[in-house]
Amino acid sequence: MSKYLLRRSLQLVVVAFVISLLTFLLVHLLPGDVTTQILGPNDTKANRAILLKQLGLNFPLWRQYLTWLGAVFQGNLGNSYLNHESVTHILATGAPVDIELIIISQVIAFSVAIPLALVTSRKPNRALDNVSTTGTFGLLALPPFVIAPILVAVFAVGLGWFPATGYTPFTQSPATNIHQMILPSVAITFGSIAVYYRLLRSDLISTLQQDFITMARSKGLTSRRIMWRHAFRPSSFSLLAAAGINIGALIAGAFVVELLFAMPGIGLALVQAVEQRDYLVVQGLALVVAIAYVTIQFVIDFIFTIVDPRVVRE
Amino acid sequence: MPDDRELLDTGSSSQLLGDRFPGLAATDEQIVAMQSDPTGDEDILVRKPMGFLFWCALGWITLVLLASVLANVLPLQSPNFQNYSALNQGPSAAHWLGTDDLGRDLLSRLIFGSRVSLVVGFFGVAIGLAIGGTAGLVSGYKGGKLDIALNAGSFVILAFPAIVALIAIVTFWGASLLHITIILGVGTIPLMFRVIRASSLSFAQRDFVIAAKTMGATDTRIVLREILPNVIPVTVTFSLITLAGIIVIEGTLAFLGLSVNLPIPSWGNLINEGTANNALSTNPYIMMWPALAMFLLLWSINLIGDRLRQRFDIREGLL
Repeated sequence: MSKYLLRRSLQLVVVAFVISLLTFLLVHLLPGDVTTQILGPNDTKANRAILLKQLGLNFPLWRQYLTWLGAVFQGNLGNSYLNHESVTHILATGAPVDIELIIISQVIAFSVAIPLALVTSRKPNRALDNVSTTGTFGLLALPPFVIAPILVAVFAVGLGWFPATGYTPFTQSPATNIHQMILPSVAITFGSIAVYYRLLRSDLISTLQQDFITMARSKGLTSRRIMWRHAFRPSSFSLLAAAGINIGALIAGAFVVELLFAMPGIGLALVQAVEQRDYLVVQGLALVVAIAYVTIQFVIDFIFTIVDPRVVRE
Repeated sequence: MPDDRELLDTGSSSQLLGDRFPGLAATDEQIVAMQSDPTGDEDILVRKPMGFLFWCALGWITLVLLASVLANVLPLQSPNFQNYSALNQGPSAAHWLGTDDLGRDLLSRLIFGSRVSLVVGFFGVAIGLAIGGTAGLVSGYKGGKLDIALNAGSFVILAFPAIVALIAIVTFWGASLLHITIILGVGTIPLMFRVIRASSLSFAQRDFVIAAKTMGATDTRIVLREILPNVIPVTVTFSLITLAGIIVIEGTLAFLGLSVNLPIPSWGNLINEGTANNALSTNPYIMMWPALAMFLLLWSINLIGDRLRQRFDIREGLL
């Protein structure tokens, strides 16, 4: 186990390092720099040179990278060139938005997908199974940028049940916060529902054909007990793996709903920072997002060892 | 010899579809499950008919393809012709799908708009298949240091926040149709690589491969004659999933105004136009048609992919 942990930690460090280097090179490849935005009408050659020097952007690239990396090791991710907000602060305000979006959307996805799969996999290819299998393809065909405007039009503008945009931190007003979170969470949950349902259904179907299920049936156990106690656990691997990938992707991937619903999440901050050439913000956020991604895979791997103890022995 | 590698390593090798394709994921187990059984047991199966929906889906894709190819020949008015005497009209005999706020014909814009999605989608998949697929096929069979390196490389790329790379490269390189196609196509390489590698790996130690080896077949021959035919089912299925994924991502970029900047809009642009400036409440048709067309196209692609997978899938074959 300790060897396994060591290997994964090493993997984390390598991935974080490579990603930080890639991000650095990518943003510095971009034409133009942040000075045009800061100087505005005072954009003269002399002013630009002074500013570049002030920001430390006049050094060769390798030196800029090492300076940044050194600061990161001391826990300092730097400040935005434009509004001097620290990257740590952007993270502190953005992360709760994304964590909440992820939690709510995944809770919805699991509570729809798991019961549905447990019911339909018992009688595959019957009417209910066919309808829900075809229906989930419909969900898969509704990317957030298509479904979000429709949700706003129907439930915010039309029915007025939910606010169209806005974000209030949970600590300020939990009720308002949840109320505002519903529509954006639903907009990103559709794809998850479809994937989880389809993976679990297909795994359950193959598990239900195994001998230990026949054994459980012949012992006279109730269907409910067989499904939950005997079939669900060995069928949940693909589901877990997919959940890990999905959650990892949503950390910075929810920018479309963040943009449409005006929520200050990490994805949106990242997109804006790239457009404004706010190098330090891009580098800092991309690094944290990549580390979070790898850590989530790590956690999922750990859950695997709980669900299936054989994973460790191998 | 690749025999000591874990096929079903639940760790790193389960990250097949990274953040380029949020909402789509599969594990090695899934990929293995997607494959046909090569032992020939299929003969005893009674093949299910493809079903009515399958043909509907195929029909819709054919219709979209035909319309986009023949757009110049069809009796449509120009997608950018502005008729100020017919603003924001509903569907009528003159404008089958209505007009937008500048009096442009929505059907014409819809048909011309499909071109970007289709070109980016099909050629993007072709790029991913040609490079990632070939590499995965060989890497999964041969194994060795190259396989380890490529596998680790694809893991790192998948951990990279894709949107940063996309926006940065698009800004740097310019958003022409060719560039977007290449960027999204190259972006699918690690995914194609992982999926096809996992599949190829699962066949590398099968008896028929060892038999071929014993008979003195060259590696080239084994890859082309023994491995490739068995990997094709999962390749076809996954290519369709990828096609849908690329169309979604192009749409998302276009929606954000970051994709192809042609005078003729793509579906993503159209959806954006239909949602901007309160257009959804004044004329919902502008957004509705491209959203519906895209929804049906993605649904059709996914449905066809799934029906094909069912055909190849031994686990569900008997049901």
